[in-house]
Amino acid sequence: MKGRLRHLAIGGLVSLALTLATAVLSAWPSWQSLPEDSALIRVSFSVSGARNCRDRTAEELAALPRNMRRKRVCERRRSPVRLSIGIDGATLFDAAIPPGGLSGTGPSRVYRRFEVPAGDHRITLRLQTDPAAPDKAVTAVHEVTLDPGQNMAIDFDTTTGSFVLY
Amino acid sequence: MARARAALRRGFDRVERGLDAAFGPDWNPMAQLGPLGWFLFWIVLGTGIYLFIFFDTGVTEAYGSVRWLSTDHWWHAGVTRSLHRYASDLMVVVMFTHLVREWAFDRYRGARWFSWITGVPVIWFVYLSGITGYWLVWDRLAQYVATISAELLDAVGIFGEPIARNFMSPAQLSDRFFTLMVFLHIAIPLLLLLAMWIHIQRITAARTNPPRGLAAIMLGALIAVALVLPAPLQGPADLATVPQRLGIDWLLLGLYPVIESVPAGVIWAGAALFTIGLIGMPWLPPRRDGRAAEVFLDHCNGCERCVADCPYAAVRLAPRSDGAPFRFEAVVDPSRCVACGICMGACPSSSPFRRSGELITGIDLPDQPLAALRDEVIAAGRALGDTPGTGRVLTLACGWGAGAGSTAPGRVGVPCAAMVPPAMIDFIISRGLADGVCIAGCAERECHNRFGVAWTEARFARTRDPYLRERVPRERVLTVWAGPTETGRLGEELDAFARRLAAMPPYERIRPLEDAANRAAPRRRQRSVAG
Repeated sequence: MKGRLRHLAIGGLVSLALTLATAVLSAWPSWQSLPEDSALIRVSFSVSGARNCRDRTAEELAALPRNMRRKRVCERRRSPVRLSIGIDGATLFDAAIPPGGLSGTGPSRVYRRFEVPAGDHRITLRLQTDPAAPDKAVTAVHEVTLDPGQNMAIDFDTTTGSFVLY
Repeated sequence: MARARAALRRGFDRVERGLDAAFGPDWNPMAQLGPLGWFLFWIVLGTGIYLFIFFDTGVTEAYGSVRWLSTDHWWHAGVTRSLHRYASDLMVVVMFTHLVREWAFDRYRGARWFSWITGVPVIWFVYLSGITGYWLVWDRLAQYVATISAELLDAVGIFGEPIARNFMSPAQLSDRFFTLMVFLHIAIPLLLLLAMWIHIQRITAARTNPPRGLAAIMLGALIAVALVLPAPLQGPADLATVPQRLGIDWLLLGLYPVIESVPAGVIWAGAALFTIGLIGMPWLPPRRDGRAAEVFLDHCNGCERCVADCPYAAVRLAPRSDGAPFRFEAVVDPSRCVACGICMGACPSSSPFRRSGELITGIDLPDQPLAALRDEVIAAGRALGDTPGTGRVLTLACGWGAGAGSTAPGRVGVPCAAMVPPAMIDFIISRGLADGVCIAGCAERECHNRFGVAWTEARFARTRDPYLRERVPRERVLTVWAGPTETGRLGEELDAFARRLAAMPPYERIRPLEDAANRAAPRRRQRSVAG
């Protein structure tokens, strides 16, 4: 073999080897994203915290023009929402989620993922939208069995005011 | 840094010498990385358009259509899908090799900063194109990529609803999501094309097509691998479960395991640092190129040869400004000039034979003007001795090849081989400064200044102005194209050339410098009298 024929043959083999290596690397080695005996809990919802309101005093009302004497006033910023998640008696998540938006006027939004062992679990959920009213918090307890690799989603339905598990 | 770069450059040179043997210097893929990137882009674009014909947008339809084309119609659409994927992967390989090589060869600083920093968006657009493409398949890998990407984007905190909510459960994903992804997978590659076009704007006659032979080899290899190892599908996405073990495309998605394992803030900070670091590299530290070429209008007739030969579009023609009877004059853009001197070698006024007045040419390098080059050549010739026929070789060595930095007798360094005007070869031989002249430039596969090898060969072959005069005996001229690790070969070729020259009878038409000066002097006087 001479000249171009040799280059076509040897160059072709080199190119084939490079392309083959590239193709192999495009699927191998595999990656273990989640351990075989684990499942995933994803919690995500969008809930508005309570407005911080109060009644104006008689002096404040008297200082206002007659057409602006609305008794109840609320701050623009909403309260943070407190979410607690427990699993088998241990705390998985417990935090106050601030309201969204630059001025804090939007709902509190959360998205969290938790890797847990597969099997039976007791999940406790508590959501408090008004820091001043801890007795009005929504609570729920769920006994679940998670299969390996299962993706369990926890949402909050604002129309019914309850947690929803998918 | 400079040492690391030099070591890497030598490493590249050694590997590329091997590839020279396999492919031939003109098909060497390492010297065609830019054109190969373009070629692979066209393959990805063409195969993508073909695949779009069969692709359905929808939560179940997307995977169904990809499965259909990969199995039922594997012989055309399946192979096309594999080509689409493997060409994208190879593009990543080519892109990063190109990046590292340009860094190693110090072609990212000084006047070449523009090509470097406009390459940075190309990197991101290649990745974004690949990632959005993987989403479309909607298999287990797509589910993994979509979820991790969404979580990473949500960490920025600028989106109202978390994007990752779309992938919480099967009920939350809509068909419209796939319409959006198709739009992104078309729009981002178009932006990539725009970025690639901008990337090549500051170089002359940018190569966007590899040699046909190399293109055929690469396409053949891609088709062969697409047939032997079809791109896998990893089962339909199922949002009720989590993909646990996945075949990852380590070239396009290699960062995903990292993204999954470290906080999103670290990833964003790393991406920002990588980008800013790359953009800032041309100034860390900046390269001090020689001073830009200067035009001397008294010796410039606007012939355009320097414009045609400049590899960096640093010289252009402008309307004449000095009243001389020519339409144009050459104008140098100092911000683009790397002081390679190719323009000086192209200028018809660059004649070292001129003895009337100061030796000035039409376009000259302030740091190594033609007059200084002639002086260096004369000194080098005198260092070789003055006995003709003894095999004296005067070597003009470029600063990037095997002869760079050598202080051997008879060696003159130049920034680029094409900086040497052909008249200088004639001058050396006809004035008896040496028995023969060697031009030692970069390796044949690729010139550091892009066209140094090609222009020198063409000038010597009398196919590109300025020609090497016919009277110059070609057996007394040697060109050696050798990379920095080929000093041994350069030495051997020089020794053999010297032996050949010694075996020849001395050149008969020598007019020594002193004689030429003595003969020129009365002529000047005669002119003066006549004037």
